[in-house]
Amino acid sequence: MLKKSLVATCAITLGAVTLTACGSSESGGSGSGGSGGSDGGLTMGFAQVGAESGWRTANTKSIQDTAKSEGVDLKFSDAQQKQENQIKAIRSYIQQKVDVIAFSPVVETGWDTVLLEAKRAKIPVILTDRSVDSKDDSLYETFLGSDFVQEGEKAGDWLVENAGESDVDGDGSIKVVELEGTTGAAPAIDRKEGFGSKIAADDSIEVVASQTGDFTRDGGKKVMETFLKSEKGIDVVYAHNDDMGLGAIEAIKAAGMKPGTDIKIITVDAVKDGMTALSKGEINFIVECNPLLGPQLMDLAKKVVDGEEVPKRVVTEETTFDQEQAAEVLDQRQY
Amino acid sequence: MAETPARLALLRRHPLLWPVVALVALLAINVVANPGFLSLRMQDGHLYGNLVDIARNGAPVLLVALGMTLVIATRGIDLSVGAVAAISGAVACVYIAGAPDGGSVGTAIVACSLALATCVALGLWNGFLVSVLGIQPIIATLVLMTAGRGLAMLVTDGQITTVNNSTFAGLGVGFVATLPIAILVALGVFALTALVVRRTALGMLIEAVGINPEASRLAGVRARTIIWTVYVFAALCAGLAGLMIAGNTSAADANNAGLWIELDAILAVVIGGTSLAGGRFSLAGTLVGALFIQTLATTIPNLGIPAQTNYLFKAVVVILVCLLQSPRVRHALRVRRRTLPMTAKAGVA
Repeated sequence: MLKKSLVATCAITLGAVTLTACGSSESGGSGSGGSGGSDGGLTMGFAQVGAESGWRTANTKSIQDTAKSEGVDLKFSDAQQKQENQIKAIRSYIQQKVDVIAFSPVVETGWDTVLLEAKRAKIPVILTDRSVDSKDDSLYETFLGSDFVQEGEKAGDWLVENAGESDVDGDGSIKVVELEGTTGAAPAIDRKEGFGSKIAADDSIEVVASQTGDFTRDGGKKVMETFLKSEKGIDVVYAHNDDMGLGAIEAIKAAGMKPGTDIKIITVDAVKDGMTALSKGEINFIVECNPLLGPQLMDLAKKVVDGEEVPKRVVTEETTFDQEQAAEVLDQRQY
Repeated sequence: MAETPARLALLRRHPLLWPVVALVALLAINVVANPGFLSLRMQDGHLYGNLVDIARNGAPVLLVALGMTLVIATRGIDLSVGAVAAISGAVACVYIAGAPDGGSVGTAIVACSLALATCVALGLWNGFLVSVLGIQPIIATLVLMTAGRGLAMLVTDGQITTVNNSTFAGLGVGFVATLPIAILVALGVFALTALVVRRTALGMLIEAVGINPEASRLAGVRARTIIWTVYVFAALCAGLAGLMIAGNTSAADANNAGLWIELDAILAVVIGGTSLAGGRFSLAGTLVGALFIQTLATTIPNLGIPAQTNYLFKAVVVILVCLLQSPRVRHALRVRRRTLPMTAKAGVA
């Protein structure tokens, strides 16, 4: 018995080794594969969350394209939405002695150890898109990204301003169902908080159900399918990203209702698929979350490596879209 | 008169009793929380309701679990099915997106055939590692589990590939004769499998290989061919499930399609009463197990369990079902139940 379990343990450990090996060969393939900063150019290690949505893909592309045009040697890894993979990637960047590390944390907590390792190795760290929850803010140089609380507030503001027409069934109360992002992720926590703080101003607006859809279309669709049956008289869907909103649209259509009319939909992100749905009238309002951080990131990285002072928090420029505005800008949308 | 208690005893010892009880109990909890949970109505010419969603969304898990049952019966395990499903969806969607006539029925058929052929190749690889090279199944399939998602991402270029083909989408969201196509396909494969393994000697041979591969080889059973076949079958089932998952949202998401479905499938097989030690297997048990897993997934938003605690809820339910299944726990409970009334009687006397 003991022998058997010992064999099983070895098997699992061996498996984990295979896993690491596969992971690193993958990232080597997708990265630029340079030999490090020996040629005098800047070497950056970037640990991406994954490719869970169209937004993230645009974010990745912006960073890779800018690195190429600016002559930055970019080592890129995809964590497939797992913190452990991201920590592994950051450790390998520290060992490779890159000039600067940038990453979008999968979740908010649990980064202190690996960031301390980077600090001891004197490698500056830039957070992009998502922040970390740490008492010691000397662990990173700067945080470049959107203000998710503000995004939630913009969504909440729109609903309060359009409360009259959002009460679709006209019963005097506006029932909202919320499709949350990945549990524990900063955008999910902050977009919920920002939205909640603004709709508190109107007593008739109430979030009747809230569940995670993991930022994916499939997740959004499945949760919405159940909400449509368990909650009576849903007026509004508030989805933490476009993809979950697009999943909800399919669930609403399958229920024989018209998305955007029978149930109002508010989402965050403004990726092309979302903007297309908005211009077709299937979504009512989108708060933009700009993924094109590449140019700002490379600019900050150069300043940090040169020892210049940078602000601790850099917010990306963002706007909001209603249906008419979406139709106007749809053609120029890059992602 | 004497027949009824005998039948009752038989029923109580039936291996499917506890999985069915668990499924019914879970449905009952949902009905208590939301009285309209089981209600069905017609919507655009097809049935609409939670039960339909459970059947439709449960079809991929059922398919994967079906393949997994046979693999487990040979004392193996296939961890790569989720990755295979992702590859299948990726191959089909990328083909459709690149085809000149992206919306046609022909394109969808070619795309699905291409995807399933890829899956057969992946199954041959798994089977080769296990049956010819003799690598332990958990390791052999772990290779493809981790590398497979990378392959899928390579196929899709790391993007979510969206397609617009109603035939392809039909596999995930379509309806025939008011019922979802997905569950009809899954049940069709299920019936065919049951027919082949139970009406021929194949089922017995699989069990023989699972109980003792060496002895069955010496008895003239071609253990290697049988093991190889079940891995190909598992990969084919996973590929079909991957097409359904991709069809459900008309998109191939290499990162998330079929993520953790291998664990759901293994759980479905175990809940259904098939032992991980190999040998005897129950296809009907797997069907109940797969429906249980999907019902559990629907229960969470239906009960309004907060996002932070839904994994805990799942864990508790699964542990309870596994305890119910354990003969030792059931025996301990029975002993207590029998001793309790006896001591009570003694007290009266």
